Amino acid sequence: MQTSDYWQLIAFFVLVLAPAPWLGRYLYRAMEGERTLLSPLLGPLERGCYRLCGLEPGAAQDWKAYAASLLVFSLASLLLLFAILLLQGVLPLNPQKLAGLEWSLALNTAISFVSNTNWQAYSGESTLSYFSQMLGLGVQNFVSPAVGLAVLTVFCRGIARRSTREIGNFWVDLTRATLYGMLPLCLLLALLLVWQGVPQTFQPYVDALTLQGQPQGIPLGPAASQIAIKQLGTNGGGFFGVNSAHPFENPTAWSNLFEVVSILLIPAALLFTFGHYVRDLRQSRALLASMLIVFVIGLGLTLYAEYQPNPLLAGLPIEQACSLEGKESRFGITASSLWAVTTTAASNGSVNAMHDSFSALGSLMPLFNMMLGEVIFGGVGAGLYGMLLFVLIAVFLAGLMIGRTPEYLGKKLEAREVRLLVATLLVMPVGALVFGALAASLPGPLASVSNPGPHGFSQILYAYTSASANNGSAFAGFGANTIYHNLMLGLAMLLGRFGYLLPVLAIAGSLAQKKRAPLGSDSFPTHGPLFVTLLTLTILLVGGLTFLPALALGPLAEHLSLLGQ
Amino acid sequence: MTGNSQNPALTGAPQQARTRLSALWRPALVQAFVKLDPRQLLRSPVMLVVELTAVVTSLLCFVPAQGVSTGLALQIALWLWFTVLFANFAEALAEGRGKARADSLKAGGEGLRARLRTADGSYTSVAASSLRRGDLVRVEAGELIPGDGEIVEGIGAVNEAAITGESAPVIRESDGDRSAVTGNTRLVSDWLLVRISANPGESTLDRMIALVEGAKRQKTPNEVALDILLIGLTLIFLLVVATLQPFARFAGGDLPLVYLVALLVTLIPTTIGGLLSAIGIAGMDRLVRLNVIAKSGRAVEAAGDVHVLLLDKTGTITFGNRRCSALFAAPGVSAMALAEGALLASLADDTPEGKSIVDYLRALHPLQEPARSAVTAVPFSAETRLSGIDWNGRVLRKGAVDSVLDFLGRDRASLAPALAREIDSIAQSGGTPLLVCADGELLGAVHLKDVVKPGIRQRFAELRTLGIRTVMVTGDNPLTAAAIAAEAGVDDVIAEATPEKKLQRIRQEQAEGKLVAMCGDGANDAPALAQADVGMAMNDGTQAAREAANLVDLDSDPTKLLDVVRVGKELLVTRGALTTFSVANDVAKYFAILPALFSGLYPQLGLLNLMQLHSPQSAILSAIVFNALIIVALIPLALRGVRVQAADAASLLRRNLLIYGLGGLIAPFLGIKALDMLLVAAGLA
Repeated sequence: MQTSDYWQLIAFFVLVLAPAPWLGRYLYRAMEGERTLLSPLLGPLERGCYRLCGLEPGAAQDWKAYAASLLVFSLASLLLLFAILLLQGVLPLNPQKLAGLEWSLALNTAISFVSNTNWQAYSGESTLSYFSQMLGLGVQNFVSPAVGLAVLTVFCRGIARRSTREIGNFWVDLTRATLYGMLPLCLLLALLLVWQGVPQTFQPYVDALTLQGQPQGIPLGPAASQIAIKQLGTNGGGFFGVNSAHPFENPTAWSNLFEVVSILLIPAALLFTFGHYVRDLRQSRALLASMLIVFVIGLGLTLYAEYQPNPLLAGLPIEQACSLEGKESRFGITASSLWAVTTTAASNGSVNAMHDSFSALGSLMPLFNMMLGEVIFGGVGAGLYGMLLFVLIAVFLAGLMIGRTPEYLGKKLEAREVRLLVATLLVMPVGALVFGALAASLPGPLASVSNPGPHGFSQILYAYTSASANNGSAFAGFGANTIYHNLMLGLAMLLGRFGYLLPVLAIAGSLAQKKRAPLGSDSFPTHGPLFVTLLTLTILLVGGLTFLPALALGPLAEHLSLLGQ
Repeated sequence: MTGNSQNPALTGAPQQARTRLSALWRPALVQAFVKLDPRQLLRSPVMLVVELTAVVTSLLCFVPAQGVSTGLALQIALWLWFTVLFANFAEALAEGRGKARADSLKAGGEGLRARLRTADGSYTSVAASSLRRGDLVRVEAGELIPGDGEIVEGIGAVNEAAITGESAPVIRESDGDRSAVTGNTRLVSDWLLVRISANPGESTLDRMIALVEGAKRQKTPNEVALDILLIGLTLIFLLVVATLQPFARFAGGDLPLVYLVALLVTLIPTTIGGLLSAIGIAGMDRLVRLNVIAKSGRAVEAAGDVHVLLLDKTGTITFGNRRCSALFAAPGVSAMALAEGALLASLADDTPEGKSIVDYLRALHPLQEPARSAVTAVPFSAETRLSGIDWNGRVLRKGAVDSVLDFLGRDRASLAPALAREIDSIAQSGGTPLLVCADGELLGAVHLKDVVKPGIRQRFAELRTLGIRTVMVTGDNPLTAAAIAAEAGVDDVIAEATPEKKLQRIRQEQAEGKLVAMCGDGANDAPALAQADVGMAMNDGTQAAREAANLVDLDSDPTKLLDVVRVGKELLVTRGALTTFSVANDVAKYFAILPALFSGLYPQLGLLNLMQLHSPQSAILSAIVFNALIIVALIPLALRGVRVQAADAASLLRRNLLIYGLGGLIAPFLGIKALDMLLVAAGLA
């Protein structure tokens, strides 16, 4: 690595972490309807929304009503997007005259964007009209992270409030999360990206004559606005097929830095939002520390693996210092590795290099990040509530070991919470392992795999892990656009989304009803190094024990076989 | 009626409670096989899964599989059965200890008959086991009381040795705080009319037995929660192992089913799953041996969680009676004169205070005492509020300061300044000053004080490090209360306490989210006992208190509450520690089994064979043997419980994480390696 690489990493961490406390506080105030910097601007808009929908902003819901609202909203979103994708051929803003999508692809894509996964079994530029991109996917890019943020605030309220059934109002939370959370930052990032040269236009694609004398269509479109929310909302669904490896999506080193920082900007800030809810910012710093430990280990491992030369090319007369195959040479190893780890830590899924081409060991960490359920920062809202579920597991064991009914921040964990917790623990094994096993054993689905042996297995595992974790990044080389995979991956995405959302809401509802016991020397501190260690080990142990055999048959076997040669 | 003959089962009860483990292991061994019944195993789902796999593996022994010799399959099947048996054995052992005691108590009640009062007032003989709540029975001297109840009429001495192990009879009478009687205790004098307060199967004894019997035992809330987590882990590992076969087929190989079964059993939390029931039973058994009866396991667990202990001062923190601790002579009076005067004035005083003065002075200045018959006792009367004797024409009196001054016709201002100062300082220190006078002359003051029990201060300090605050409840005035509170080291005090005040304090603490424990015995304690999260009633208290509380202390010793807290904590710590240990073990087991399992598919994964185990066969076998033997190794710990040190939560956690987390990570690496070498040397693998 060169000096510029180190500067790049430093700039990344500073830009992610420095604004987090401030942004977290802003999000807390915004979600609780307190006055913020942007209230004069957005306040009238917010109230207008409520008036338009006939909504009483003060009306609180219990968790069941909240969950029902959320399900209704998600179902409506799904059907609307499904319809748009099917019918895009007859809808406006379609200069390339692209036809409607095949039904299974349309359904897969609709689920994918509603569930904040943004798995793409298609190439945007050759499949989707501007209308579908902006009014279909674009809308979901905004509201799906907003839903995640809303559910996180419910979880926070569940811990912070006492003896109440009221945990907020879904419609109010959704509105605030979209208006205050997503919109302002997206405007800012879109402008920055346009400045760096990302197109933002309704013009049709440009026909150019290349130097070879061949005509070539150069795709354009309203890309900057889409990319901004794609990154900030941990969506990841690229405007163009190759995502942020495309020169129009990610033209410069600066745009690359902005985009990769944007992935973690809000998830990191939400840690502090949580701290404000529970009135204890030490909790935020502890969770941040645990996340950073896993993140830095993953990043270090991936960087190390990618900077190794490919042993298969060792005997050939090629000068190679590292493995650049499948990577954008504009970005190089460091930026590609950093992005790969970041995008899988969060549930983003955008890529600036093809993970399929990463070394076996280098692809292990992104895969493992997703298997953990994306709790290392994770998706907007989703990451932190996933992390808090791990916290509850750690607290459960720790609580028993100090001889008390386990409690987190004064809220007791009882059979009901543990039952719900266990339900969420089952999501990743079912989605990644069971669905993966089905795909690996049925002859039809197996045809999508482009390699035999461990690498082919990694392709299957990656696809189903990515879908279940609502990540959406793809291990290129896996032909996902078949009816079987469209449906099964769709199912995995639904499982990954609602298999967490609903139990989390139920846990929040249950916690909110409890009293909050005072914290004393009898309750162990959930903010010190001891707890950070325990939490980190719990995460690694649960993830490791569940996925070690699968990882051994995939990336690990591949890596060791390369070493053997 | 059972006759007056001593029942050996009854007198033998306390001895049998301390039955040694060696006498219990034989029946436990039999029980281990009886408990193989899947209906019984339903209560511990993890072990049910192990049993199922044992059945499957046993059947697989008859199906020749590629790569697995029948001998190996047989050995694996055998060890799987052992795993279940070991867990059953642990439970049976724990049950055995508690049941030995409960059974001996129960035996005394067999065939017992009772005199039931019928509607017309006559008595009819019925079986004691048929008595129902509200029935009135008459008990004569020498008979066993047929059931728990409250005395409606009569007074008598009751020998409660069967329950408490204490052979001295205690007085029980109607209309007071000593009106409750316990079934199977013997009335040694007079007669009683008792209103039965428990239906068949609900008596103190029945409850005691129910707590220590695995099949009937109600799981405690934390146990239920942990059970769910263990089921969850089992399900996850089931998915992990079940999906391995398709993954292996993708890689072009086939994994032997026996190996997969072995992997599953080693991964699921069998260690804690197998010992969970034993831990719970053993914990309740520890309580029973403390002579505390819990109405539910829930109360014991809650005791481990309490934030605040409300303790009555009298009998718990102090000895209950004020004792003489010093004397101060008035100016001009010799110490000998005061000592003699105080001794004589107290000679006829049979109150504990009076006796303490006599005891104190006898030890200090032995002198020739007049015979009791020679003196004229002047007992305490409400009018004079003095007591003393008239003897040989001398008039000796002692009493409260103002009473004595009234008697002498003096007022406070006339007191010598030195004595007045002394009296004030006694009162300020929480003591009670008494004045002694002889023949119209003021001799001096006696310092009566509440004596704090030795060691209690240290126990409170221990509780404080565990995060439990102690609140002293007393009827004393605030000044006295504060002085004793300071001496005993309690955190807070409720002075001039009334039952309402207690109840209000409990509600207030609970509103802040705290769990409150208290003990009490009087009928007026009942509401507070019911309101408290953990209420412990004294066995010699009223029936109302016993019914309102969720714990009953048979020895009527309020300090037991501290022991209950410890047992509650130990229960949870033991479960938590073994769960952590169980899960941490999985890491080593992966490193043993995965390379063995995948050796045919990807030989390069042999690099994961960190322990350098001899062969795939020996690796799998040693992992499964370790998994079974670790249950046996941990039985003593499960029965004894992990000790809870008085330390703050963070250091407790650090310590237990190091021992059971780190230990659980390392131990199986060593154990499996050792077993592997052993098995290879023995030619078993």
